[in-house]
Amino acid sequence: MLAFIVRRIFQAIGVLLAVGIVAFSMFRFAGDPVNQIVSIDTPAAQREEVRRSLGLDDPVPIQFARYLGGAVQGDFGVSYQFRQPVSDLLAERMPATLELAFCATVFAVVFGILMGVYSGLKRDSTLAKLFQTVSLIGISLPTFLIGILLIYLFAVTLGWLPSYGRGDTVRIGWWSTGLLTWTGLLALIMPSITLGLFQMTLIMRIVRAEMMEVLRTDYIKFARARGLTTRAIHFGHALKNTLIPVITIVGLQLGSVIAFSIITETVFQWPGMGLLFVQAVQNVDIPIMAAYLMLVALIFVLINLAVDILYTVVDPRLRSTIRQPA
Amino acid sequence: MTISTQAPSAVQSLPTSRIGRLLDSDIWASFRRSKLTMTAAALTLIFLLAAIFAGILSPQNPFNPAELDLLNSRLPPIWEAEGQAPFLLGTDEQGRDILSAILYGLRISLLVGFLGVAFSATLGISLGLIAGYFGGLADTLIMRVADVQLTFPAILIALLIDGVVKSVLGGNLDATTILSVLVFSIGLSFWVQYARTVRGSVLVEKNKDYVAAARLIGLPAPAILIKHILPNVTGPVLVIATINLALAVITEATLSFLGTGMPETMPSLGTLIRIGNNYLFSGEWWIVAFPGIALAALVLAINLLGDWLRDALNPKLR
Repeated sequence: MLAFIVRRIFQAIGVLLAVGIVAFSMFRFAGDPVNQIVSIDTPAAQREEVRRSLGLDDPVPIQFARYLGGAVQGDFGVSYQFRQPVSDLLAERMPATLELAFCATVFAVVFGILMGVYSGLKRDSTLAKLFQTVSLIGISLPTFLIGILLIYLFAVTLGWLPSYGRGDTVRIGWWSTGLLTWTGLLALIMPSITLGLFQMTLIMRIVRAEMMEVLRTDYIKFARARGLTTRAIHFGHALKNTLIPVITIVGLQLGSVIAFSIITETVFQWPGMGLLFVQAVQNVDIPIMAAYLMLVALIFVLINLAVDILYTVVDPRLRSTIRQPA
Repeated sequence: MTISTQAPSAVQSLPTSRIGRLLDSDIWASFRRSKLTMTAAALTLIFLLAAIFAGILSPQNPFNPAELDLLNSRLPPIWEAEGQAPFLLGTDEQGRDILSAILYGLRISLLVGFLGVAFSATLGISLGLIAGYFGGLADTLIMRVADVQLTFPAILIALLIDGVVKSVLGGNLDATTILSVLVFSIGLSFWVQYARTVRGSVLVEKNKDYVAAARLIGLPAPAILIKHILPNVTGPVLVIATINLALAVITEATLSFLGTGMPETMPSLGTLIRIGNNYLFSGEWWIVAFPGIALAALVLAINLLGDWLRDALNPKLR
């Protein structure tokens, strides 16, 4: 058990190191950092001076160690386009992205479970078939098309919801939140739906399949025989057992939600990390791209690690198989 | 494939021509059974033909400035009061016919999609063959890289590669170079699935007698891999390729929509949607709506075909 966790932690560090090498190579070799700092008519001697002051004439392994050391302490260099430390820019944008990801996940879980339970219980009803169609569309339509469709319906035609930005935000310490103001909440609705739709269809399909399977088992028959109400059986007994795969999916998809917020944030001009990243790609701002890559890698690795460890804690059956890796 | 080169006498009872054999197969029967699949196939075929014959079908060449007239700008579709022939689906800001732009954009989208799939499949199959057949260090190295890459969503990797390649090439790139960069970044973000699948099949195939026989008569490893093992692992690869075609089209459209893909001088469907998105608020809904519908229908049709192919090629589901 302990050996398994230690091995997983070493694997996670390995992945992070590999991503770090990629990020460093981008930072160091894709375009000359000196050119981004000095102007075109700077004399060669002065360029050399800048090069030396940045430590770019040191051996590459030393530079890599320095970059990684800085990254561990939250120093990712200076953005080419904003002339500000990348870590400040990311910290400023992070609350917007995390709030969006959180609301999208809540939306996906609540509606995914409701629709999944309904279509699992009443498989042949018209509404269940409608849900199935919606889920097919949710999986095949590109995210940005869904966003545009929502904007056209609710912002342009009906004028109910704002089409871009976060609305008014309140600062709590360094964290700026849109959850405490009315316009902030309104602004969250459409981006959350756009970002969460894919996860919602995923959860709906899983809950539906699990419900149909669980309702056939003996303990549900026994609960019926005991004379429990239908509601107690469906929600107290059946639903509870469908939730384990849902928790897994929500956990594993959290990283994807943050990565896919790149698209949603662009559609809704949401001032988060994803929009910052897209602007960095458009303007070839390598320090931001490298830092975003490392940050997302860290989030992914931490989530995967947490899910793996939680699994062994929650499900005793897994422990015996882990002891003898196949 | 190599089947048709075999002597027909060995399979006397079966139809001998390739088409005859196809019509007799289970796959064709399952195709005929599903109306949805037939519709999806017809739709895909229409899209393909429309993309190939875009030059003949379009009322105007949307990339020839001489054919554009600013007097025709922002015309609504023909069924609205202000619509004008021959602009069936209306025009955009520059007087460009939307239908023509969609047909030409479809061509770019499908071209990037097909080339991206071809590139990622070639890369993935080659690496999978090498990893599975030779094992050892090559196997460890390739599969480790695959594992790390699989941790990230493909769209993120495509965006990164796109950004890095552009910064290495630098400066103003022409449309053809950007198209190659897109194919390159899509190819590099989708190879993992092919490599893993092919490696798994090769691990099974390489212990079979026909491979041992090929080795005994002294064939070199590349010949054994390409002529003997590869034909036996193509089934699953075909399914992945179909589903990945839809994914590649979506990825290209997304990159173009984000402003890091095809430029406005040579727009794909994604670029058209990005352009149209700017006119959503001034009421010109048709500039974004029709390219959007075209993209959605294309992706849905290819996805349905991929689903069917997966079920049809899986003997357990028959």
